[in-house]
Amino acid sequence: MLEIKNLHAELEEGGKNILKGVDLSIGAGQVHAIMGPNGSGKSTLSYVLSGRGGYTVTQGSAALEGVDLLALEPEERAAAGLFLAFQYPVEIPGVGNMTFLRTAVNAQRKSRDEPEMSAGEFLKVVRDKAKTLKIDADMLKRPVNVGFSGGEKKRNEILQMAMLEPKMCILDETDSGLDVDAMKLVAEGVNALRSAGRSFLVITHYQRLLDHIQPDVVHIMANGRIVKTGGPELALDVENNGYADILAEVG
Amino acid sequence: MGLPKLKADTTTARLAGLALPQGAPWANTARNAALLRTTAMGLPGKRDEYWRYTDPATLNAGDAPKAAVFVSDERPPFDGIDRLKVVFVDGVFDAAASDPMALTGIEITRLSDAMAQPGHWAANLYGVLEAKGQSPVDRPLAAFNTAFASDGVVIRATGKPDRPVSLIYLHRDENSDAVLHHVIRVETGADLTVVENGPGAARLSKVMEVEIADGGAFHHVRTQGRAHERRAMTAVFARLGAGASFKSFTLTMNGALTRNETVIWLEGDNGIAHIAGACVGDGAFHHDDTVFITHDAVGCESRQVFKKVLRNGATGVFQGKILVKPGAQKTDGYQISQSLLLDDDSQFLAKPELEIYADDVVCSHGSTSGAIDETAMFYLQSRGVSKREATNLLTLAFLAEALLEIEDTRLAADLSDRLDAWLARRR
Repeated sequence: MLEIKNLHAELEEGGKNILKGVDLSIGAGQVHAIMGPNGSGKSTLSYVLSGRGGYTVTQGSAALEGVDLLALEPEERAAAGLFLAFQYPVEIPGVGNMTFLRTAVNAQRKSRDEPEMSAGEFLKVVRDKAKTLKIDADMLKRPVNVGFSGGEKKRNEILQMAMLEPKMCILDETDSGLDVDAMKLVAEGVNALRSAGRSFLVITHYQRLLDHIQPDVVHIMANGRIVKTGGPELALDVENNGYADILAEVG
Repeated sequence: MGLPKLKADTTTARLAGLALPQGAPWANTARNAALLRTTAMGLPGKRDEYWRYTDPATLNAGDAPKAAVFVSDERPPFDGIDRLKVVFVDGVFDAAASDPMALTGIEITRLSDAMAQPGHWAANLYGVLEAKGQSPVDRPLAAFNTAFASDGVVIRATGKPDRPVSLIYLHRDENSDAVLHHVIRVETGADLTVVENGPGAARLSKVMEVEIADGGAFHHVRTQGRAHERRAMTAVFARLGAGASFKSFTLTMNGALTRNETVIWLEGDNGIAHIAGACVGDGAFHHDDTVFITHDAVGCESRQVFKKVLRNGATGVFQGKILVKPGAQKTDGYQISQSLLLDDDSQFLAKPELEIYADDVVCSHGSTSGAIDETAMFYLQSRGVSKREATNLLTLAFLAEALLEIEDTRLAADLSDRLDAWLARRR
């Protein structure tokens, strides 16, 4: 599904190297988790993959089902099936959540030469999916993320994911700022989307989220590279012993 | 002390060959007085502080600069909304194209008919608010309008008519120079909505004087026509009694030059004045909102919300003043003017002013100028929305605060659709 090879990226301003040779291969239907200390480059990896400005890729490649992501505009990456659930979902005053969702869904349909969803059909689908995420009608009417609580913002991200049905979902610290109940709700939303044709990359600081979203593979990232890869037990190891031992072990 | 030579010459040149329209004695007196005001002040010049950001040369010129007639395949504004239509073509009332001048709850008369009648009630208002508006700032183009206005309507609202009065200004002659003047009195407890649309002429001068008695309400929604080359100087003077309300919204798309002045006096306790505007300009576009609100009573609220979207060298101007007189306690004044610059070529010039002589007052003002929010842009793009579509969505979102000021949802929806279409046409 997602093939990242020797990916190097630096900050556009100042040229500081952040990613220093990331290699990652995620198969169809798999859930991979990336853990790592602050400043290891986890979030940068998600931004570089989704095409956020401010970074320059200096080396390496990233392909989604063989499509070179790095050559595409952010919206083209989305159309190719990539989705990033933001760590800090953006507030957009003046744009209704429903309008936002519908614009996004129809933009992607258009790019695939599919007919736009009718207003009625869209409403039915969005209400259905919103209900399972406990997103009420009021949240759909309000401007995008404006006045939403931390939990509401993250649930709104998952709702977008559910509506857009991407192939490759990146969750950037989706658990940050969530209480236990909210985290469970978000995890349930994610788990409901797991399928043989959809892969996940879950970026997190804590093992806790991985109790709810069971990963197939866990990676440890440090200093801009993936330094260790293992099964779910690796996350438990981090939880119990911290990063120090692992980092010492890999030098 | 005489006028500076340039000002005197400009004024003389403008007045050369013009004759005051004749009517009843009161009307002639009002026009003569306005002409004297005009010559005493002289027409505006670039050096006048009040015209610092907008060059009045083409508004002063003897002949109106030519403006191509704009042909649009778009549905006319407010189409499908039940209203009393009053049509002016290049500044001349067109009876055949208008509805019969009758609507329950109002008296409506053509200006020239009212001005021919001795003792018409409009004598107490025509030129009166305009003259009052000449202090503390000169508004010579408005005085000129009072002197030479050739058409318009006179409306007295005594009830709550079930539909708006719709003033439609068509432009058919590329050299037309129109001078329109409306006089409106909203009686105690009456509630009137006036909508206006259209460019009106190659050059349009339009003054509206509105007197709102205690507890009266006046709603005003206008869109100024899509003609690219038209020029307009408009002024609204409104005086409010106790508990009266005045709410005005203007949408401006295109036009080479637009100067919209709004002068409000809150003279009765607990009056409310809201003035809002949204404008979108692309290329040779200069749009100036100049507002002066005087709080002269207790517990009044005023609100100014102006939003401008500018690109390709377009210029936006905002001069907004709130004057709170001694004793105007519990005043609540709010003023915001913002521009969204879609490129580096466009500019926004803002001069917000507060002058407060009462001590128990809440007044706030803010003015910003900026580009599209990159974070929001990336968020939309990451969801598959193209940069262009995201720009349009964020532009509409930026204008939304001003559009929310329109209370009538049908009128708001009509104007919102027009903005959508304007944006969709941009590449």
